[in-house]
Amino acid sequence: MIRLEDTTVSAISEAIRAEKNRKGAIAVGMVLTLIVVADEADQADALHAATAAASEHPMRILGIIPRPGRTAAQLDAEISVAGDEGPGELIALRLRGPMAAHTASVALPLLIPDAPVVVWWASDAPKSPATDPLGLLARRRITDAALAARSRAELQEHAHSYAPGDTDFAWTRVTPWRALLAAALDRPHAPVTGAEVAAARSNPSGPLLAAWLHQALGVPVTMRASRGPGITAVHLHTQRGDISITRPDGTKATLQVPGYPASEVGLRRRDTRDLLLEELRRLDPDEVYADTLAASPHFHADGP
Amino acid sequence: MNNPLRDPRDRRLPRIAGPCSLVIFGVTGDLARRKLMPAIYDLANRGLLPPGFALVGFARRDFATQDFAQIVHDAVREHARTPFNEDTWQQLAAGIRYVTGDLGDPSAFAALNQTVATLDAELGTGGNHAFYLSIPPGMFPTVVEQLKSSGLSQQRPDAWRRVVVEKPFGHDLASAQELNRTLGEVFPTGSVFRIDHYLGKETVQNILALRFANAMFEPVWNSNFVDHVQITMAEDIGIGGRAGYYDGIGAARDVIQNHLLQLLALTAMEEPISFDATHVRFEKEKILQAVVLPDDLATSTARGQYAGGWQGGELVAGYHDESGVLPDSSTETYAAVKLLVDTRRWAGVPFYLRTGKRLARRVTEIAVVFKRAPHLPFAVTDTRELGNNALVIRVQPDEGVTVRFGSKVPGTAMEVRDVSMDFGYGESFTETSPEAYERLILDVLLGDPPLFPRHEEVEQSWRILDPVLEFWAHHDKPAAYAAGTWGPASAEAMLARDGRTWRRP
Repeated sequence: MIRLEDTTVSAISEAIRAEKNRKGAIAVGMVLTLIVVADEADQADALHAATAAASEHPMRILGIIPRPGRTAAQLDAEISVAGDEGPGELIALRLRGPMAAHTASVALPLLIPDAPVVVWWASDAPKSPATDPLGLLARRRITDAALAARSRAELQEHAHSYAPGDTDFAWTRVTPWRALLAAALDRPHAPVTGAEVAAARSNPSGPLLAAWLHQALGVPVTMRASRGPGITAVHLHTQRGDISITRPDGTKATLQVPGYPASEVGLRRRDTRDLLLEELRRLDPDEVYADTLAASPHFHADGP
Repeated sequence: MNNPLRDPRDRRLPRIAGPCSLVIFGVTGDLARRKLMPAIYDLANRGLLPPGFALVGFARRDFATQDFAQIVHDAVREHARTPFNEDTWQQLAAGIRYVTGDLGDPSAFAALNQTVATLDAELGTGGNHAFYLSIPPGMFPTVVEQLKSSGLSQQRPDAWRRVVVEKPFGHDLASAQELNRTLGEVFPTGSVFRIDHYLGKETVQNILALRFANAMFEPVWNSNFVDHVQITMAEDIGIGGRAGYYDGIGAARDVIQNHLLQLLALTAMEEPISFDATHVRFEKEKILQAVVLPDDLATSTARGQYAGGWQGGELVAGYHDESGVLPDSSTETYAAVKLLVDTRRWAGVPFYLRTGKRLARRVTEIAVVFKRAPHLPFAVTDTRELGNNALVIRVQPDEGVTVRFGSKVPGTAMEVRDVSMDFGYGESFTETSPEAYERLILDVLLGDPPLFPRHEEVEQSWRILDPVLEFWAHHDKPAAYAAGTWGPASAEAMLARDGRTWRRP
């Protein structure tokens, strides 16, 4: 690893080039640039998850760590090129003083040429990701409503400011649930007449799952508050009984389908690396998320 | 039935197989332990198997179900691609069953029928069952007959029964047709899945993406620009303990008939009107029908047998010294053929196919070798080191694509030399590639057929190969080649006659 203190972006570019030259690693093709924006408190975990994800997506990770304050503007960098800790490059940048407000000016020269840019806010997300200076550089913008103090309100904000390319970990976390529900409806079943989603009171994923079911099935869906963790149960009402998935403890889930014996299914809560991997797999706008997000405010209040 | 939760725009949702079971015959075999069981576990670990999936083993050896579960456990531990996860294993283990019996014994099949019915009730497999015949092809008729008479092959409108067979699909055209008849009497065409594991590889599927999704390759993909095509599948290992299977079969039947001709079909076929199974198979079949052998098989084929010697720093036995091989065996361990494709696109472009055991290195690739530029505005000495441009699709290992072209050597003089531009799958891609068997088993359970050759393709391949086998049967024995080299001298001579050389892959 190379440490550069009080440096410039050109010096950083030159250091990366020289280090890659020295290792003969020029040929390794980086497929994307991932900008990780994080506070000093969150940066270690976030960059760790990003580095782990780089094992499947060789990429340049730009860690942007704003350190606003009364100090003079100063740029510090830590550089690890491919081969040090896996196939990705990690450039952690601390932007001190007034520079902290000008993140895009530092990031722009360090993007991989002609490759997609993804930005992930691992601490607080901007109100409108798509018009944020870093968001403007990116094709895909990842936020995590669950980090906000008022998660469901945050999700409403996202619904207002949505632009194609936005995505949120609250939505990513629902994928395994959705996959199981879709698989359950793959076998012959009676028509679904309604549905219920139970989730922890503040959990932002619950309303998304409810909104998705409502959109896809065209039936009334109710939200119920539970003790969590996260989503704890989904019931699809049919004339022959409920198709249900229950996950009281956040690890093991039970699937019940009328006419079939109950079966245990894996539905572990996933770690940040897995969420990031899913997000990086596709870089085009997620239209299903757009529709679901637009419908989700109706499900923010817990039902009767 | 249309599932309202499946939206074509929604690409996050994986395709999960519906409720079903997989019954493996010959479950104590090498393939089952090394490939099938780990692939099933990997699928489960990736969340692609349905809740309540069942795995039923059937073999002669007398095991209790727990013993069998232990065997699966060990196989998974040793060979699975994804890390071992106790939760996944517990889920999978709940659906494991074992049935002891002889393949010819009706009472064993009655027991199997009972087991399968119990699974439907206990785990909700819904009457959907796939039968994987991981057994010698000689046993297929027996098993298929038993499946029929025990009622196991009985399809219901709301439940499927499928049969999966591995190569070899016969040993010549007549036997392949016989096999197809046997299977066809009991299972309808859409329920027979022939596994050619090469077709499950990402790189093989990428041939179609490379050709038909890009603008820069297709315009030169024809006889105006292509000089010839070389398709190679080389193995560095010998036959190991497989003499019983291999001796009398040989390299051409073992590899050219299925893998190499499928690669040829994908390389040479016209663009299908869509990528659904019917259209892709239709184009593959069409191009195989257009494949012809040159008139003189003596000058357009080559074969050999590996001799003992030092290979890569190791002393290895020759083919004749392998245990189980007949001393006067004329089975070839190396085979090369020149094929022509009678279409406008490929007129005059030979396809050279070669495969062998105990070659210098394990590699499978398709090399499309281009003609030289029609005019070179350089002095002859400037381009002495310039070869033909080539586009090489590396199927394994180091999956990817290499482009070879000329470039100026730095310096004051003009000198052009070949350089390579590499694309490595592993470097640019996001998901680690699943094993071919994972993809294929999942496709069987989903009933998705594009990656499985249809019996028409199999029969076409034998039509192409039969005259070569016939010719070889009536001529000299195969020449010996030293282990660890790139094959017999006759193969070099075969290309030299056309003024070409084999690439060193």
